[in-house]
Amino acid sequence: MQTLNFQQLWRYQDQLIDGTLHTLLLTLVAAVLGTAIGVAAAAAVRSGPRPVRWAIRGYVELIRNTPSLIQLFVVFFVLPGFGLRMGAFEAASIALGLYFGAYCTEIVRAGLDAIPGSQVEAGQCLGLSRWQVFRYIVLPPALRSVYPAFTSQFVLLLLGTSLASQISAEELFHTGGFIETRTYRSFEVYAVICGIYFALVMTFKLLFAAVGHLAFRWPVRR
Amino acid sequence: MRSFSLGDLLSLLSALQWTAVLVLIALGFGAPLALALALMRTSASRALRWTATAFLQLVQGVPLLGLLMFFYFGMPVFLGIEMPPLVAVGIAMTVYTASFLGEIWRGGIEAVKHEQWEAAACLGLSTWHQFRYVIAPQAFRMALPPTVGFLVQLIKGTSLASIVGFVELARAGQLVSAATFQPLLVYSIVAAIYFAACLPLTLWARSLEVRLNGAR
Repeated sequence: MQTLNFQQLWRYQDQLIDGTLHTLLLTLVAAVLGTAIGVAAAAAVRSGPRPVRWAIRGYVELIRNTPSLIQLFVVFFVLPGFGLRMGAFEAASIALGLYFGAYCTEIVRAGLDAIPGSQVEAGQCLGLSRWQVFRYIVLPPALRSVYPAFTSQFVLLLLGTSLASQISAEELFHTGGFIETRTYRSFEVYAVICGIYFALVMTFKLLFAAVGHLAFRWPVRR
Repeated sequence: MRSFSLGDLLSLLSALQWTAVLVLIALGFGAPLALALALMRTSASRALRWTATAFLQLVQGVPLLGLLMFFYFGMPVFLGIEMPPLVAVGIAMTVYTASFLGEIWRGGIEAVKHEQWEAAACLGLSTWHQFRYVIAPQAFRMALPPTVGFLVQLIKGTSLASIVGFVELARAGQLVSAATFQPLLVYSIVAAIYFAACLPLTLWARSLEVRLNGAR
């Protein structure tokens, strides 16, 4: 039976920190890209012409019903075919952004659907402008209803960035592979990597809970 | 180098069997565990609730890929023996399934009003019978659509088994892609196969959601 030995890993502290930062960067870039896609697509599904709506439905279903890993491979191998030369990290950002965008579209759409049309009409009756109706009547409850789903999807995205290691994007899991080939301490390396992911996830969960608690204080009438 | 042929397509389709095997293993072992977790999470005992919560937080706070590596490299460390990839992958997928299904089913159980437990207790049913004959049938209706939705996640998740060298659909895709140098074509076909397997389940989950909620 092997004995555990974590000592050799200490030397790779800098790489682990670097990998963690890259994982966070990848998560944030994909989240921003995906949120932009999600908001735009959800708006287009509500008021766009029929072909646009069909295209968006197709995009959402395609992304949600195929593995993220295969999406990464396709983006990584397809983009060079169109003459777009880019590194693994950029390809991973795009693939994960598209992935997050599909889920985000559904989340935002559900959030907008949750607001009764009568409330918008009531706002218009009070003489509010379109922007005021959106800002004071639609947005606050929509954000509130979207928040739990959005934050848990964000955590899934953070965990999902580990797949980017498979197209050799240099994030935390890739760092794990690098250290593994140097030390042959496979189990210890991946145990530490899992520990870092766990710490990141817990930090974000607590942060989201705190922000949600502060931001959505008004009572709900049922 | 050779071009993509019918034989390659057949080898992709036959690798789909192993994807199915993984899904069945994960469900077969994961579902009873998930039920146990859901019951622990809703039990009156604080110790049971906390144990289950700690397990869920731990499993859901780690990437599935990390879980796979943990068991793949951990088995020899814990047990002192080499394991075939199927065992390590099977265990990782089982743990993953148990944690997510456990949460879904807990939600189903909690969605049943507490008065239902009390009414069943008043009829003199034992705790197990209260759950089995009163709570479970109602919770089942609530939990069925998200459970089917999770199946899609599970099918997609099995693609990660390719990373530890287990030959299922995604791995077969990598092999064929490496042999034919047509990654775009091959991965598109692989994606199409996954899509064909998952889309019916997604649509089914959606129709169940409409039907079961409408009847409430």
